[in-house]
Amino acid sequence: MRQGEPTLAKQAGRTGRKFSALSLIRKGMRGGDWPRVWRHHDLAPTYDVVIVGGGLHGLATAHYLAQNHGITNVAVIEKSYIGSGGSGRNTAIIRSNYLTPEGVAFYNRSVHLFERLSQDLNFNVMFEQRGHMTLAHSDASLRTMRWRAEVNKLQGIDSEVITPEEIQKLVPLMDVSGQARYPILGALWHPPGGIARHDAVVWTYARSADAQGVHLHMNTEVTGIDVKGDKVVGVRTSRGDVSAPIVINCTAGWSSIISDMVGVKMPIHTRPLQAAVTEPVKSFLDPVIVSGSLHVYVSQTARGELVFGAATDPFASYSTRGSLEFIESLAGHVLQLMPSLAKLRLLRQWAGLCDMTPDFSPIIGPTPVDGFYVDVGWGTYGFKAGPVAGEQTAEAVATGRIPKLIEAFQLDRFEKGTLTGEKGAAAVGH
Amino acid sequence: MLLIECPHCGPRNSSEFSYSGPIKPRPSIEGLAPEDRAEWRRYLYEEDNHAGFATERWFHVSGCRKFLNIERHSVTNEITSVLTVGEVS
Ligand SMILES: Cc1cc2nc3c(=O)[nH]c(=O)nc-3n(C[C@H](O)[C@H](O)[C@H](O)COP(=O)(O)OP(=O)(O)OC[C@H]3O[C@@H](n4cnc5c(N)ncnc54)[C@H](O)[C@@H]3O)c2cc1C
Ligand SMILES: [Zn+2]
Repeated sequence: MRQGEPTLAKQAGRTGRKFSALSLIRKGMRGGDWPRVWRHHDLAPTYDVVIVGGGLHGLATAHYLAQNHGITNVAVIEKSYIGSGGSGRNTAIIRSNYLTPEGVAFYNRSVHLFERLSQDLNFNVMFEQRGHMTLAHSDASLRTMRWRAEVNKLQGIDSEVITPEEIQKLVPLMDVSGQARYPILGALWHPPGGIARHDAVVWTYARSADAQGVHLHMNTEVTGIDVKGDKVVGVRTSRGDVSAPIVINCTAGWSSIISDMVGVKMPIHTRPLQAAVTEPVKSFLDPVIVSGSLHVYVSQTARGELVFGAATDPFASYSTRGSLEFIESLAGHVLQLMPSLAKLRLLRQWAGLCDMTPDFSPIIGPTPVDGFYVDVGWGTYGFKAGPVAGEQTAEAVATGRIPKLIEAFQLDRFEKGTLTGEKGAAAVGH
Repeated sequence: MLLIECPHCGPRNSSEFSYSGPIKPRPSIEGLAPEDRAEWRRYLYEEDNHAGFATERWFHVSGCRKFLNIERHSVTNEITSVLTVGEVS
C-alpha cells in the first residue's frame, strides 16, 4: 500500500467497522454490543518486526510500517493494556513552536499529520487547534520567545510575540494588570497549537494497525531480548518466545530497562510527571496557556474540565504516585494567573513516567546492536510527536536509512557532541 | 514527597533537598588520549536507570547544607540508608 491511498477506510468498510454518522445511528437503533475495535491473536512463533510497548509510538510505528511500507507481519507487545503508559496519561498538547530548526521541522510534520488524522483513519481524534500561548514574565523569557518566534517563522510556522492587551482579548480572565508577583509582559502565540483526545489517538492507530494485519498482544510482558553475535534474533515474553530480526523499543519511561536487555546503555533517566483536572465548568478558556516561570500549564477540555500540568517531579523514579506537594504548588501558581478560579474543585490527579534525555530531544533510529531500534527519549513531549515518530521510525526500519527529519535525533549524537538542545522550549512538561 | 532521615537534622521533607542522581565513578583523565572519549561520554550522558536500589547524591540545601549519599529504591521510593559524604563508615 502506498501513502495517501484511501485503502484503509475501504478495508475497515469491508470488515463492517467503518464509522459514519449513518452507521452510528443504525447501530444506536439496533442496540447490542459494539464490535471489538481490535482482535486477540495467539502469539505467532515468528514476526518480521516486534515492537515493544503498546503506547502511541509503538502503535503508530506499526500502522505506518503497514500502510507506507507494506510490512504487516508485525507484533506490538504490551505488558498491560493499550495506552496504559504516558499515552493515556498526558495532557494532550500539540504544537510545533520549538527552539531548534530540527525540532521545529519535526514537530511541524506531526501537526500536519494530526490535522488529517481523523479523516485519514476514519476515527474522530477531536484535534482542536485553539492556539497555544506561552507567557513571558521577565525580559529574559521575552527575549527567548522572540528568538523562538523567528526560528518558527523561518520555517513558515505561525508563531509571534503578542502584548498583554492582545493576551487579555484572547483570555479575558487572565490577570495582565502587572500587579502579580510574576507580571505578564507578553506571550509567544502559536495559533496552530491545540489539544486532541489522547485516548482516541491511541485507539485509532491500534484499530488501523489491527485492520492491516498487525497483531496487538496485550497483557504480554517482554522479559528478555535474544542477541546472536551483535544481531537481534528475538524476544522472550511472559506468553512465550518469539523470533524476529527487528525489535523496536517504544517503551518511553521503561526504555532503559528494555535497552539494558541487549546491553545498549541509554542517556535517559525516568521521572514522574504529574497532572490534575478540575470539575467541569462552562467553556471560558479557548487557548492552551503555559507559564515557564510559574511551572504550570492549563487547558479546558471539550467537557469543560480544566487540565493542569507542571514540571517533572524533582527526582528520578518509576513510581506513579501523586503528591500533595505538587498539587499545592500547582494551585498556587494557577491562581496567580487566573485568581477567579479560586473556588474551583480538583477532581483527580495522576502521574506518568517520562524518559528524559540530556538535551530534551528524542532518540530515534538504530543502535550498535543490529536490528535493535529505539524510538525513545520522549520526556514530557511525546504525545504530539506520536504520528511523525511512528512515520519516521517505520521508514528507518523499512529502508535501513535514516530519514532527514530524524538525523538530528540519533543516539550517536552524544558521542559526537552534537546535541540538539531543546530545553528552552520543552522544560515545562508538555 | 519523601521523608528523608538526615543524620544531622532528623526527618525532613524531600523538598528541602536537591537531587543530583545516582553516584557514578568519575573516570581518571590521567594519560587520557583525545580519542578515548568513549569513557567520558559514558560518564557525562549515560544513566544507570535500572528499576531497583541505587545510591544517589542529595544535598540538604535548606538544612545542614551537607552532601548525602542516599540508598533509595527507584520503584517503591523506599530509603534504606542516609550517610554524610566524607563521614561514611
Ligand atoms: C502527566 C503527563 C502529561 C504529558 N503531557 C504531554 C503533552 O501535553 N503533550 C505531549 O506531547 N506529551 C505529553 N506527555 C508525554 C507523552 O505522554 C509521552 O511522551 C508519550 O505518551 C510517550 O508515548 P509512548 O508510546 O512512547 O510511551 P507509553 O505510552 O508510555 O507506552 C509505553 C508502553 O510500554 C509498555 N511496556 C513497558 N515495559 C514493557 C515490557 N517489558 N514489555 C511490554 N510492554 C512494556 C508500557 O506498559 C507502556 O504501555 C505527558 C506525559 C505525562 C506523564
Ligand atoms: Zn540536614
